[in-house]
Amino acid sequence: MEQIQTFIQLLPQQLVNGITLGATYALIALGYTMVYGIIQLINFAHGEVYMIGAFIGLLMVVYFKVNFFIAIICAILVCVPLAVLIERVAYRPLRGSTRLAPLISALGVSLFLQTLMTLIMGPNAQPFPRIVKDTIYTVGTVKFSLVQVVILLVSSVLMVALHMIVKYTKVGKAMRATSESYETANLMGININRIISFTFAIGAALAGAGGVLVGMYFNSIHPLMGVIVGLKCFCAAVLGGIGSIPGAMLGGVFLGVAEVMGVALGFGTYRDAIAFALLILVLLLKPTGILGKPIQRKV
Amino acid sequence: MTSLLELENITIQFGGLMAVDHVSLKVEKGWISALIGPNGAGKSTIFNMISGLYKPTSGKVFFNGRDITGYKAYKVTSLGIARTFQNIRLFKNLSVLDNVRIGRHCRGSSGLIGALARFPCTKAEEKEIEEKAHEALEVVDLLDKKNELAKNLPYGEQRRLEIARALAADPVLLLLDEPAAGMNIQEKQTLMHMIQNIRAMGITIMLVEHDMSFVMNISDHVDVLNYGQKIAAGTPSEVQNNPDVIEAYLGKEID
Amino acid sequence: MESIIGFFNDPYINQVLTLTGIYLITALGLHLITGITGQFSFGHAGFMSIGAYTAALLSLHLETPFILNVFIGGLAAGFAGTLLGFPSLRLTGDYLGITTLGFAEIVRIVFINLNITGGARGLAGIPRDTNFTIVLLLAVLSIICMYRIHNSRFGRALTAIREDELAAEAMGINTLLYKVKAFAIGTFFAGIGGGLYAHLIQYLNPADFGVSRSFELLNFVVLGGLGSVPGTILGTTVLTLAPEFLRFVKEYRMLIYSALMVTMMIFRPHGLLGGVNFRKLFLDLVHRIMAQLAKTKNVGGK
Repeated sequence: MEQIQTFIQLLPQQLVNGITLGATYALIALGYTMVYGIIQLINFAHGEVYMIGAFIGLLMVVYFKVNFFIAIICAILVCVPLAVLIERVAYRPLRGSTRLAPLISALGVSLFLQTLMTLIMGPNAQPFPRIVKDTIYTVGTVKFSLVQVVILLVSSVLMVALHMIVKYTKVGKAMRATSESYETANLMGININRIISFTFAIGAALAGAGGVLVGMYFNSIHPLMGVIVGLKCFCAAVLGGIGSIPGAMLGGVFLGVAEVMGVALGFGTYRDAIAFALLILVLLLKPTGILGKPIQRKV
Repeated sequence: MTSLLELENITIQFGGLMAVDHVSLKVEKGWISALIGPNGAGKSTIFNMISGLYKPTSGKVFFNGRDITGYKAYKVTSLGIARTFQNIRLFKNLSVLDNVRIGRHCRGSSGLIGALARFPCTKAEEKEIEEKAHEALEVVDLLDKKNELAKNLPYGEQRRLEIARALAADPVLLLLDEPAAGMNIQEKQTLMHMIQNIRAMGITIMLVEHDMSFVMNISDHVDVLNYGQKIAAGTPSEVQNNPDVIEAYLGKEID
Repeated sequence: MESIIGFFNDPYINQVLTLTGIYLITALGLHLITGITGQFSFGHAGFMSIGAYTAALLSLHLETPFILNVFIGGLAAGFAGTLLGFPSLRLTGDYLGITTLGFAEIVRIVFINLNITGGARGLAGIPRDTNFTIVLLLAVLSIICMYRIHNSRFGRALTAIREDELAAEAMGINTLLYKVKAFAIGTFFAGIGGGLYAHLIQYLNPADFGVSRSFELLNFVVLGGLGSVPGTILGTTVLTLAPEFLRFVKEYRMLIYSALMVTMMIFRPHGLLGGVNFRKLFLDLVHRIMAQLAKTKNVGGK
């Protein structure tokens, strides 16, 4: 009884923590959902793009003593060409191949980047220096740290920017058209290859930024950090409805809150299982995710 | 006397679209019955509802007097309704013979244990499957191609293979979805003979077809659909002279 | 002859070959699920771990006979596969893949948290009952099973589902039931593999059955040639033995391996032996030899 009371007292605080964590998940989940929406591929290497973003941030902060804002920009500048290159080398030649071939190729890229970064940076976790002051703001019973404010602000700005791009720009319209149908988009004069590269670029930018933010939040990064987070964020994308941009945001935040709540309720050791349990549950109830479109069986 | 197949006010909606709107029709035993209508009239959708791939929003399907509405496709097949598909759906990477053997699936019973232990009854069943598959291939004149991969057959033969695969299920009613599509005149002639032979084997046939001369030559009975609704039914000559049908196909005359 | 016996008696070689056999049994299970039935499973290692822990715990606590324990381990994994299969096999493709992956992760995390499994420290002291002879015997038996399934009404139904699920259903195949059966059998093989593994390595740790192990098993099946038993044998053998031969490149081993995965898929997306028809190859070869023989005879006659 007492436990439940403390839980309810702490609920607003947990929500804030959950939403902050969820915002970083959402940034990564967006890359999965956009790529899946356009080429129906689980881009297993996306988690590694996020990991590399975090390491670029670390390098910039440690060696060039830049502030977090410049660090994020630099991470984005490295991750974008990396992701475009991955698509060009490992996925494009496999378009129109079997369903499994690009998946195996994606796994290969993911493993390659993990091994490469382990060779360069060593297998151990690296401390991420505190580049944002430890200031704490208190609103009622809820405490916000400055890092949390930064994360929430940066990710909101990025997500609003993404929304604007997809909704209002020409290239955004082309993206939506391509995800509906390759052939029709092609007939309309859309350069499919460019749109796919662009989709990878946007996803990578968000993931790179996410990497730096997570490094700042948890103060520790690792060459294998992209594996579990990547899988969990793919789950978040599926939870929200794969292919749907608002779905990925919702799924990410939902997952973040669920994890923090799970830990608060004493399931800390099961933390990484929460995403998968939620995923299985949602898929069984609504196979296309919370905001996914229903699939009509085609004969 | 109940009809072999009876649709009663069958209706299906996709989102807001009424694809098939309160259609009732009958197919009597021994008929070659055709379902015609302009593109998008709902012909294939009706086939999909009969064969259990779509569930009607309302209305009923009776087969041999039995209500089979909402039955799963595999169940409908084992009751004796087999079909072909408009956009050929063969098992492309398997041999012609294997395709037809799979068509026989619903008449067999051996499972995993039989597969592993190879009981005498399993072997007997395999032999029976093989014989029936050969018979079905003979009907459509493809026996000499039994070892080829399905995807390597020319288009017209793929259509015939679909018919053989359906025949292997020993159907009472055979649904043919645009069997003559993409065939030349000669191939159509051969196909027409094959369909007549199949009817002579005691199998009732219902077909969807665009080629009017094909339909009018072969059918005992024709149902006409337009925009999801049934607009006419009768013998080929009755239907041909029906003003509603002429209007649906040619558009309204401007007076 | 003596040197051959010596070769197999070398403990290191014996261990590696036994392990290869165990992976082959496990991979054949996945071959049935993915190669034959066409259903994605990214969580095969999870089912292997269920079999491993079940068999090991039986050996440690109940001291029942080894082979029985391995068999029960297989049944436990098959049961878990059926349990997961019924709801999730309604999903298709990547959705199914990610669900199986999630299930395997949950299993791994549960094993970390349980007391009876030794948690994250692992489970030690399992008797070493697995030997090369038993594994060889079971591997050969598994291969025969696969061939018999393939040439049966049951196996043809599974292949039909892989080729076109909707057409398969229209042919009278209860597709959901057959997919669940394929999943149950495939995971049973994984469980058998797991039980044998536990009694060879003598130590189990949940970390050994993570995502990377599941994907490794998928590689065995895909890189050799998806849907082909010789392909699965080749893939498993090469990929299990390669790291042993590549020891001299040390830390660059995984780099080479991962780069190979990408290049393989680009140049042979169906795997090394994918689309190779062995019966036809053999018949062609016989044909050619006969022709050659006839020719030499003619020449000799002149």
